[in-house]
Amino acid sequence: MLDFKAMDMLTPEEWTAVYLSLKVAFWATFWSLPFAVLMAWVLARVRFPGKGLLDGLVYLPLVLPKVVVGYLLLLTLGARGFIGQYLDAWFGIKLIFTTAGATVAAAVVSFPLTVNAIRLALEAVDRGLETAARTLGASRLDVFFSVTLPLMLPGILSGALLAIASALGEFGATITFVSNVEGQTRTIPLAIYSATHMPDGDAMALRLTVVSILLALGALLLANLVDRRIRTLIGRV
Amino acid sequence: MIEIDIRLARPGGFALESAFTAPGAGVTALFGRSGAGKTTIIQAVAGVVRPDAGRIAVGGEVFFDAARGIDLPIEARRTGYVFQDARLFPHLLVESNLRYGERRSRAAERPIRFEAVVELLGIGHLLKRRPHTLSGGERQRVAIGRALLAQPRLLLMDEPLAALDEARKAEILPYLERLRDEMGLPILYVSHSIDEVLRLSDMVVALRDGRQVAAGPVAEVMSQPEILPVVGRFDVGTLLECVVSRHDADYALSSLAFAGGELRVPQVDLPVGARVRARVRARDVAIALARPQDVSVSNLLAATVEEVRLQEGPYADVALAVGPGRLASMVTRESVERLGLRPGMPVWAMIKTVAVDSRSPDFGGPATP
Repeated sequence: MLDFKAMDMLTPEEWTAVYLSLKVAFWATFWSLPFAVLMAWVLARVRFPGKGLLDGLVYLPLVLPKVVVGYLLLLTLGARGFIGQYLDAWFGIKLIFTTAGATVAAAVVSFPLTVNAIRLALEAVDRGLETAARTLGASRLDVFFSVTLPLMLPGILSGALLAIASALGEFGATITFVSNVEGQTRTIPLAIYSATHMPDGDAMALRLTVVSILLALGALLLANLVDRRIRTLIGRV
Repeated sequence: MIEIDIRLARPGGFALESAFTAPGAGVTALFGRSGAGKTTIIQAVAGVVRPDAGRIAVGGEVFFDAARGIDLPIEARRTGYVFQDARLFPHLLVESNLRYGERRSRAAERPIRFEAVVELLGIGHLLKRRPHTLSGGERQRVAIGRALLAQPRLLLMDEPLAALDEARKAEILPYLERLRDEMGLPILYVSHSIDEVLRLSDMVVALRDGRQVAAGPVAEVMSQPEILPVVGRFDVGTLLECVVSRHDADYALSSLAFAGGELRVPQVDLPVGARVRARVRARDVAIALARPQDVSVSNLLAATVEEVRLQEGPYADVALAVGPGRLASMVTRESVERLGLRPGMPVWAMIKTVAVDSRSPDFGGPATP
């Protein structure tokens, strides 16, 4: 009964937007996480010429207008973009107007936040422990997976939740890159935007706003909780 | 056999030069103040620090040879490194910490058994605990066990007791002695504590400001004048290799026979015939021209002045020959003048019994032959 009542609180159209948002945010984070860990590791641990430039490029989506990010995605990954045309021709992957495209937009925009959270976690790892592991016979790669990664885990998890939360709120890059197609690219923010342009859309906008707040707050609280639980477990309060 | 011959210079002015050969068993202490380069040497052996030039070989295997371009990676050297701060993995249980290196060793080459190590270090009750719940002493014992179970060729111990209070030190020292006596592994032991060095080591390499001041058997090095700036004026002394000759239960005293005679000391908990090391600080040795009468001091040794060196300030170092052995004494320049001390003079050396306290770590356990 309760479930039915909960279901009734939103219209099917709104549920579609909520479901789509969660799906896009989850997959965007899922696919960008390994790259974010790698990038965080490179930025925190490797010294090479041009590192400052790479550093800047990674954080660029954070400070650029999101519309610019979306437009750049359109230029590169769009149907006639210099990468996009081959994605379609060789793999049959179409990003424009699709959920996959919305996922890419969300991933690119949340990437700097994720990298930053993971980088902070990595920098907090005691390198003395890594040296100790190597004296015990572990190779560099072995040390990464058996010591560094587990110790970064709180940071990775809270970084991932942060990424999900920010991906849920992505608007500018998404609407520019993949437009506003119901069921494909119309996530909660885009649905709210559409609602405000409808004559009687106020109620819908308000309901989705409440959902937005709940989701964002939930993600942040969960990030906090996960972080503290793991820290307590390993005695790093 | 551990062969070390390294040179390195670091921006900022620190330079290190050290060359010595340590035996394939027993404890070799790297002794000196902080900043002397002790830790850098064992880091070079472990492969954590790369020397500019030189060679490092352990048991015939070359770890590093600048001339031949050999530089084994850390994990291929199999050195059991015990860090001052233990460095247990916080995300693993004690048992998994202990097994970390063991799992990464070759199954066919595991002479050091898990159960034996757990028993040796008395850590059986800690296996299911997390590192942050352990006391400092327990952590250090687990760290030693973890290093041992990695089946190392040698142990590198970097001031394993420095972070502990006196009670915890006293708790761990017996384990270190058992380790030395039962494991048959060579140990390079970094320490700035003369007490630890005298109690544990067979050989000592003394370092000062990156330079090797002396190297050799402990008693020999400790009697060299070069050691003074390393040990410090008030801790300079003579190390006597002794044998417990008898006990006097009524007064709770023991007698120790050494090459120059016999020493009465507070009771030692060792059987007659056991070997012990006694350290007599130079400042605890007084000198008389005639055999003193009616004094409380019970250790009166006939001696001959070998050398008198006047030092800065009030002090003078007097080297005494006691039988075939030597005994260092520190008196004032004023006393030297008043008594007219000069080489060849027969004198009496006086050592208070309570100055050689068997409860202080000045006393080693059975010295390794």
